[in-house]
Amino acid sequence: MLEVRIKKNVGQFYLDCEFAVGNEVFALLGASGSGKSMTLKCIAGIETPDSGRIVLDGRILFDSEKKINVVPQKRRVGYLFEDYALFPHMTVRQNILSGMGKRPDGKAADEYISRFFLQGLEDAWPHQLSGGQKQRVAMARMLAASPDVLLLDEPFSALDSHLRWEIERQTRAVLEEWRKPTVFVSHSRDEVFRLCERAACICQGKTEETAAVRELFLHPATMTAAVLTGCENIAEAYVLDSSHIAAPAWGITLHVPCAGRTVAAVGIRAHYLKIAGNGENYFPVHTYRILEDAFEWNFSFQTKEDGGWIQWSVSKTDWSPAEGIPEGFRVSQSDILLF
Amino acid sequence: MEIGVQEFIAFWRQLDFAPLWISLKTGIVATAVSFFLGIFAACKIARAPAKLRVVLDALLTLPMVLPPTAAGFFLLLLFSRRRLIGAVLYERFGILAVQTWLGCVLAATVISFPLMYKNAKAAFEQIDKNIVYAARTLGIPEWKIFFKIIFPSAKPGILSGTVLTFARALGEYGATSMLAGNIAGRTGTVSQNIAVALQGGDYAEAGFWACVVLIFALLCIIGINIFGEMSHRFRNKQ
Repeated sequence: MLEVRIKKNVGQFYLDCEFAVGNEVFALLGASGSGKSMTLKCIAGIETPDSGRIVLDGRILFDSEKKINVVPQKRRVGYLFEDYALFPHMTVRQNILSGMGKRPDGKAADEYISRFFLQGLEDAWPHQLSGGQKQRVAMARMLAASPDVLLLDEPFSALDSHLRWEIERQTRAVLEEWRKPTVFVSHSRDEVFRLCERAACICQGKTEETAAVRELFLHPATMTAAVLTGCENIAEAYVLDSSHIAAPAWGITLHVPCAGRTVAAVGIRAHYLKIAGNGENYFPVHTYRILEDAFEWNFSFQTKEDGGWIQWSVSKTDWSPAEGIPEGFRVSQSDILLF
Repeated sequence: MEIGVQEFIAFWRQLDFAPLWISLKTGIVATAVSFFLGIFAACKIARAPAKLRVVLDALLTLPMVLPPTAAGFFLLLLFSRRRLIGAVLYERFGILAVQTWLGCVLAATVISFPLMYKNAKAAFEQIDKNIVYAARTLGIPEWKIFFKIIFPSAKPGILSGTVLTFARALGEYGATSMLAGNIAGRTGTVSQNIAVALQGGDYAEAGFWACVVLIFALLCIIGINIFGEMSHRFRNKQ
């Protein structure tokens, strides 16, 4: 169990994080520069928070009130860096042995070498390895130091996209076997969805919503969560009556239950729009632009002159512009997100 | 003027090699002192608060930009027996820098130190911070991080800095002539010997020593280039 509650001021930036991680893969989901890496560095002891408390399995790693600040060496925290940070002048075997304590037996690394499919590369230098191999060496080195918590900082972003699937699959297998607290930092919502059980959204240094990943993606409670989980269409909105809201930028009124709550914005995912002629919660197409992706069509439209653009994404197998431009779209009540 | 083998042998026989040994001894001792002080200063300054760092860095680099004669003048002020520090050093500890070999070493060290310090600092700064962080999270003690990770990564830069420092210390003239003077057999270095020989119109001797210095300088530059090549070996991208 890892409990984090920290505050830190870095120039204009204010970090204010709070979350708890059990024996699970926990994601910190945030945009670049939102303070994710800084949070991990505070947990590892590389950076010192101004105030707060970090507790790992009952061990206090940091407590500003009790003036406890355990050095990184004694924290037993495994940190996987974005660039893997392998020691360039050490071989694969030496890298793995480096965290195994005083004078480790050269054979001690063998278990990790075979577990991470590094046979034959024991005596290679890091600069001779591919991106995927480097990632495996970094994982092996981290686990060989027998940490109590794993911190994974964008572990796949340095990889070519065609390698990512395979490395992600291997990483998932390792994490499933390991079953101790793991904090996964990413700005990729898909990685978070596939790898993690729970997630916290972090926006400008502040942790907002913490929820099960599936719940977070289906029913984001905050606008940050909606944006981070990939809600493409967000507009300001206000309540008209107990079952209607208005979204002026889109020039429409939506029928959605909203009794007894305040509404500041409305969100609709691009995949949830359905082609329709007319009806309830109907978005007429006034002007449109089409952008072709590798496997999807991105159709953006306005419902009126100078209105906000709304995006509809559809698989190429389901629709093509040859079928004709839709007159309008509908969205089901259950797919309308209110903030 | 033609020089035959006989004349050259005669010239060689009458040459006094003392300046070479004095210069080499001075260069080696000054480099050794600068090596440790420079690395120490480079390590310490990285951890100093930002404002203090700017001031300290300027002070440590000063001897490199200051005219050596000016540096020599200040050294003379400091270590003269008639001044406070020099007097205390001489009367309490019997240490005298003016007109002694110690003065040669002191002048060469002060002038060459910034080269060691600057090169070591640059070598430390180019190390990927994450490597050091990773080492900490892996539980490697700080002293071991320095000797097993930081130092090997910075080695090419530190080696070329050492060679530059040695070359500079070996050739030091301005500050040495002010502080240590040119006493034959004691403080008369190669550089000073060239100047004196030339003033006396002895082109043969001045030329000989100039060639010796030239060869040393060339060897140093070749050495630096070899270390430069080494530094590419461990780069992540080839």
